[in-house]
Amino acid sequence: MSVAASPVQQAVLWLNDPLNWTNPGGILQRLGEHLEISAAAVALGCLVAWPLGLWLGHTGRGGGLVVLVSNATLAIPTLALLTILPLTFLGFGRTPVVVALAVFAVPPLLANAYTGVRQADVEALDAARGMGLSGGQVLRRVELPLAVPYLAAGFRTAAVQVIATTALASFVNGGGLGEIIRTGFGLSIAAGGGQILAGGVLVAGLALLAEVVLGGVERLVTPRPLRRDRQRSGRPRPADATGRA
Amino acid sequence: MSFRLSYLADPGNPWFSWQYVRDNSDTILAALGEHASLTGRAVLFAVLIALPLSVVAYWFRPLAGPILGVTGVIYTIPSLALFAFIAPYLGTGAATVLVGLVLYALLLIVRNVVAGLNQVPPEVREAAEGMGYGRWGRLFRIDLPLAVPGIMTGLRLATVSTVALVTVGVLVGHGGLGQLIFAGFQNNLYKAEIMTGTVLCVALAVLLDLLLVLVGRLVTPWSARGVR
Repeated sequence: MSVAASPVQQAVLWLNDPLNWTNPGGILQRLGEHLEISAAAVALGCLVAWPLGLWLGHTGRGGGLVVLVSNATLAIPTLALLTILPLTFLGFGRTPVVVALAVFAVPPLLANAYTGVRQADVEALDAARGMGLSGGQVLRRVELPLAVPYLAAGFRTAAVQVIATTALASFVNGGGLGEIIRTGFGLSIAAGGGQILAGGVLVAGLALLAEVVLGGVERLVTPRPLRRDRQRSGRPRPADATGRA
Repeated sequence: MSFRLSYLADPGNPWFSWQYVRDNSDTILAALGEHASLTGRAVLFAVLIALPLSVVAYWFRPLAGPILGVTGVIYTIPSLALFAFIAPYLGTGAATVLVGLVLYALLLIVRNVVAGLNQVPPEVREAAEGMGYGRWGRLFRIDLPLAVPGIMTGLRLATVSTVALVTVGVLVGHGGLGQLIFAGFQNNLYKAEIMTGTVLCVALAVLLDLLLVLVGRLVTPWSARGVR
């Protein structure tokens, strides 16, 4: 590889080498790891945050807790959790990485589940109760369907954020596309610049792709009248309030 | 290998150690200093860029969408990838980290400042125009002062998330307290070093957040309930 070439040319060269895709530790293997870790983390986050958020929203309590959780996780560096969790009872391997990433998926999932239930039309709730539905039935048949657009918004935010932070798993040798960038830095900037840039493009491309695809899903599950309403009122969604690492 | 395992099992690897803090106070203070200085500079530059951008988005409505869209896309790019884009050009110096942090903080500040400016009641705007305020006069005397709560919210969010993000600078060797966390991980998982870095990092975020709340109260004496 000619060192004189610009980083962009080097990156194109690196991406055009089929061995860089198929080798052990190549793009395809790293992409697979990245998607596995992200999927597991988002699933774990949903498992914890959705029931809790729906229940808190249903009972109308715990609004302060939701805010506290999102503020607290904003201040904790991802790198710290990734390095600390393997030292606890979780042990080494993929588990602590997934748990650490799931922690950062919880705030948007929780906040949106909570808000989704809270924003349910009061008249619809009154009507449901008047029809004799129990608390659990109201949650399942009225509040939950009305909260679906919010759940989808939270899912999109959480998934994109987890895909982004999974890149940091490479700091603790956790695999994923971040490893490509780290390996590039392991060489020097002059020799590895192309690989660094190529890794960056892959990670950013995956995050943006997830954003676009899940944004489409979010639109699909949002009833048409609500779409226009939300665009016009332009109120910020709780999903927007959380940070990213 | 057996040495490492015995080291792990060794009770001499506590979560916190005064001994470590005393022996390495120079390193710790240097890391804390770098962390604080990177955060301060990043937020300062971000504000200097974001405020004019927000005013442009406020004055020229058709530009609001593109401005928020572009900063939003930058915000979506993972931090590691953003640093990877910058490093081949700016090298492995603090400049790479700084530019990345500024780009990240932009969206948080722009969105909140625009929201703050849009919250200025139309009656107030009309009254100001009726009193003969020009565009600039209205901006500095009416719009911006009334948008202070939004500006402070954006500043707080940007500051707290910047403090956490600085640690990713480890990638290019300028991660502030992240250097301690990462070094502890590589140094046979030295818990005391990792925890000292983490605790100081969170403490710095909380401290700066409280400081900004205080500043917010001082610059908006009319809102007795403070900045929310």
